[in-house]
Amino acid sequence: MPEPTKPQTAPVKMRAKNVNFYYGSFQALYDINLDFATNKVTAMIGPSGCGKSTFLRNLNRINETLRDTRLEGEITLDDENILDQDVTAVRRRIGMVFQRPNPFPKSIFENIIYGPKINGMLKGKNAAEIVETSLRRAALWEETKDKLNESAYALSGGQQQRLCIARALAVNPEVLLLDEPCSALDPIATSKIEDLLITLKHQCTIVIVTHNMQQAARVADTTGFFLLGKLIEHDKTEVIFKNPSRKETEDYITGRFG
Amino acid sequence: MAIKMTPRNRRRLIVNNIMLSATAICAVITVSSLFLILMYLLKNGGQSVDLNFFTQLPKSPGELGGGMANAIVGSATVVALASVIGLPIGFLAGVYLAEFSPKGFGFLVRYTADLLNGVPSIVIGIFAWGLIVHNMHHFSALAGGFALSLMLIPITARGTEQFLLEVPRTMREGALALGAPMWVTIATVIVPAARKGIMTSMILGVARISGETAPLLFTALGNQYWATSLNEPTASLPVMIFTHATAPYEDWHRQAWAAGLVLLGLVFVANILARTIVSRGASLPK
Repeated sequence: MPEPTKPQTAPVKMRAKNVNFYYGSFQALYDINLDFATNKVTAMIGPSGCGKSTFLRNLNRINETLRDTRLEGEITLDDENILDQDVTAVRRRIGMVFQRPNPFPKSIFENIIYGPKINGMLKGKNAAEIVETSLRRAALWEETKDKLNESAYALSGGQQQRLCIARALAVNPEVLLLDEPCSALDPIATSKIEDLLITLKHQCTIVIVTHNMQQAARVADTTGFFLLGKLIEHDKTEVIFKNPSRKETEDYITGRFG
Repeated sequence: MAIKMTPRNRRRLIVNNIMLSATAICAVITVSSLFLILMYLLKNGGQSVDLNFFTQLPKSPGELGGGMANAIVGSATVVALASVIGLPIGFLAGVYLAEFSPKGFGFLVRYTADLLNGVPSIVIGIFAWGLIVHNMHHFSALAGGFALSLMLIPITARGTEQFLLEVPRTMREGALALGAPMWVTIATVIVPAARKGIMTSMILGVARISGETAPLLFTALGNQYWATSLNEPTASLPVMIFTHATAPYEDWHRQAWAAGLVLLGLVFVANILARTIVSRGASLPK
């Protein structure tokens, strides 16, 4: 069994303990133990189908909405098991950004204010202020301040993805999960989002799944390598890329497969 | 350049031309039936559709003029009753089918809805007669509305389900990931995203039932005068057409044609309305 991860660079924000996950009778994750350090970016890499996205989607329990799935083990946020808590409260604290931008068919303003509204966070607050702050945090304010009432679909793909980040930030999550957030974007939009992640980590703990190893190297403090539903290795990013301790990791990093 | 025509090639060419013509002819028949109906109605009923038709009660045979104001209002009443009962039930059933139904039970509901949709409308009329008219001892708009709502429910349920399922999963997840409970996600994101489709299927469903005759024949029955309450026999356009067209009076036949024209016009308007709603910008991204 792989020992819980070593790179203790900061206090643990989230922790996965012996996580097994099944789609019907197919086991997608095997005994995952992984710590996520506070205010750091943790990247999860690995070939397609290795379980990294599945694992990420368990961290906010969004996989529960799929039929016929089963999770074993424990996932803690600030040392409390999120599997025992009210799921909507958990998801309020752990935000998520998806592979493809998924703005709601509403205006930019309504997209941002959606989370605060349904979570009852608007009492005594100025909605316009929340929208501005959130868009600024996602580095989208300058581009959208004059068209807040236009449809979110009027934005480019990269802008839509930053809108989705802003929408997630509007409820002040403690953790932000990103599932290959740049896979549908061009290089310029990608680099904007990467810059954003590096600034955002001072405000929340970030977990990112990526297909792109250079991206992990650029943004992540620590990186975990997944293969066939198992976490092979988790360490400081430069260790993973320069001096991995496992043969499988080295093979993947050097492009021998995947 | 010359293409060498082998017998095989020639046969293919002939078959091709025959099939092409056959499909074109059938396409023309499809389109022209509608125009033939419309022209026929215009020719036979056009002169009788005047202001009186919309403001006056039917006249006795032999008297000229008169209208079908009571039938127009009666149809509207019965269809409104059916909508009040059928649209919410159908809509909520559709939401259940699309979002909550477990596999086995969902299949059962879906299958039953499709069967209900296929039940001959005269059978639905008999059922409503047995359940309501027979027990209340009189015909009424309520019984008619009930019968029509039975036809509206499966149409609305399946339409709602279909358009809800077209909303991408990622949009649901986007709302759920912000901490929205399932019912909030459905009410604030999924249904609004599918709104146009759902409204369209509702309008088409209502248009469809407004032309139904059989379920009204022995429920709302018919009435030559104004109905003063929902508990009385009530006139409706389709039944009016039936009674007027089967009566042996020339002037009643003309009124029947006119009623057909008006009914068709109303259904057209509903269709066009539905299509306008859909075409006003796509509600979802590709």
